[in-house]
Amino acid sequence: MSELLVARRISARYGVEPDEPPVRAVDDVSLVLREGESLGIAGESGCGKSTLASVLSLNIHPPLAVTAGELEVAGRRIALDRPGWRRQAQALRGKVVALLPQGAMNVLNPTRRVGDFVYDVLQSHIPGISRKEALRRAAERFEQLSLLPRALEAYPHQLSGGMRQRVVAVVSTLLDPAILIADEPTSALDVTSQRALLKLMSGLLEQRIIRGIIFITHELALLRAVTHRVAIMYAGQVAEVGPTEAVLFQPAHPYTKALMDATIVLETGTRRQRIETIGGQPPSLVSPPPGCRFHPRCPVAMPVCSREAPPVVSVGEGRSAACWWVAERLGQTAAAAERRDGHAGGR
Amino acid sequence: MQAGGEGALLRVEGLTRTFGQGRHLVRAVDGVSFEMRAGEIACVVGESGSGKSTLAMLLLRLIPPTAGRIFFDGRDVTRLRRRAELRAYWRDVQAVFQDPFSSFNQFMTVRRVLGRTLGLEGRRLGPQERAERMAWALERVGLVPRTVLGKYAHELSGGERQRVMIARALVVRPRLLIADEPTTMVDASSRAMILNLLLDLRAEYGMAILFITHDVSLATYVSDTLLVMYRGQIVERGDVERVTAQPEHPYTRRLFADAFTFAARR
Repeated sequence: MSELLVARRISARYGVEPDEPPVRAVDDVSLVLREGESLGIAGESGCGKSTLASVLSLNIHPPLAVTAGELEVAGRRIALDRPGWRRQAQALRGKVVALLPQGAMNVLNPTRRVGDFVYDVLQSHIPGISRKEALRRAAERFEQLSLLPRALEAYPHQLSGGMRQRVVAVVSTLLDPAILIADEPTSALDVTSQRALLKLMSGLLEQRIIRGIIFITHELALLRAVTHRVAIMYAGQVAEVGPTEAVLFQPAHPYTKALMDATIVLETGTRRQRIETIGGQPPSLVSPPPGCRFHPRCPVAMPVCSREAPPVVSVGEGRSAACWWVAERLGQTAAAAERRDGHAGGR
Repeated sequence: MQAGGEGALLRVEGLTRTFGQGRHLVRAVDGVSFEMRAGEIACVVGESGSGKSTLAMLLLRLIPPTAGRIFFDGRDVTRLRRRAELRAYWRDVQAVFQDPFSSFNQFMTVRRVLGRTLGLEGRRLGPQERAERMAWALERVGLVPRTVLGKYAHELSGGERQRVMIARALVVRPRLLIADEPTTMVDASSRAMILNLLLDLRAEYGMAILFITHDVSLATYVSDTLLVMYRGQIVERGDVERVTAQPEHPYTRRLFADAFTFAARR
């Protein structure tokens, strides 16, 4: 399968004041999104997943700065640490890679109809497009995805929150981007609207309107419903990556397991069983703990974990985890040391 | 702390609240009746716009009902008007809301947030007692009083803020806690911690909890009783085991079908 988006060893940070230490929100992250694939990125608040979304969607604005790494977006390579990347990014943003930001439903202007918003968006990217043409395109796309084109005539307050979110999601695809990056698109929606939005996102892929989706959320149960593969992030780094079902149901990394254990889902037989929580807090990204960043909260931490960064070890077909404990169990410690290139997301 | 057999802690009869008028009349809460025992955890589940939060506002006496009555501990509290009466009511009935980012006054320290709620106590508390009550409440929610008392909202994570808001409600040792979507804005990992905390508080102090959520997974995890709300009305109610096993109303069945599970793909 060909690769649609490749992120190689990306590091990004927020420098608020020159004399203050920066927040290293993304630290040496490598990921691959394949053609026709939906990739999930999960982790607790503050693990850097939204920052990664900004970088991957080329929405990199101060105080956020990328300090290292390279992106390959639909065949085009951008070295994010070299001058001139901004011009390259500008050409791709919105057209090749689109971002559906957190709280997207709030982007609608309450005093203007949805159709006016659509016209604004299209006009800013396609100068000279007529209003009629803009609305025709939107209506066609709405119908394709089983949304009523009538919504174009509505004011935002006449639509429910779930409907507003779906409308903005569809509008973000009007320029036919190859990749859609959705950052927590379902937060603040009720379960019924979440289902509807997920169905819409799956529809985008199935109808080949979009060639790949990166879906960012902290809800593991939701990832399972829409993604093919997931990357679990912790403190700015990828802890584990692999096929969704395998990662969620046979987690290799202790952090993935802890996250799964803390997730409450409707399940017959598990009721009245106390859900275990992960003790402690995610670390500060200004001065993360040495060695493995998860070691202070890890139930199976070993002495080496607090000294040295963990090796990335292969734990099956297209799966890898960054963990000393896993490496030791698999006897891969020596071999792993040579492969410190980060998880490129498997073959 | 079970309140014996002498009746319900909370009893609601035909509670109704409408907004707007004429063609635009919306019956946000429409003839709702139910009862809660002391120490019971009841859960109101329903989609956005079903009237769950309006019900919470009515029960907290923050907005007046259009019709119907609310009894707390056998006393009619529907028409409480005087500030002193309402403050006495809020000593017994406290709330935690959805968004700890907007319900936590960002210009106040944790100490001041908790102190203001302590002001609901009818009598003046000495500095020693105030400090003890605050420390107890914060420890109870798993925070270290020494480190958090002087902090402002922006210095705490979302999960910590929500726990401070629960501690705020706890300082007056309420008999009923109304928790309106307390876990929607926090991480999946902090969610279990907050729900476990609510379960422990009930076990230890017999505090009754009215939990409001759109997510049946959470509802079945914490509650004894489910009240399914749809378009302002309670369409189904019953013991959580019964409703989970055999939902009767089509809307209840849909809510359960929409929940995300880790079970085999449907």
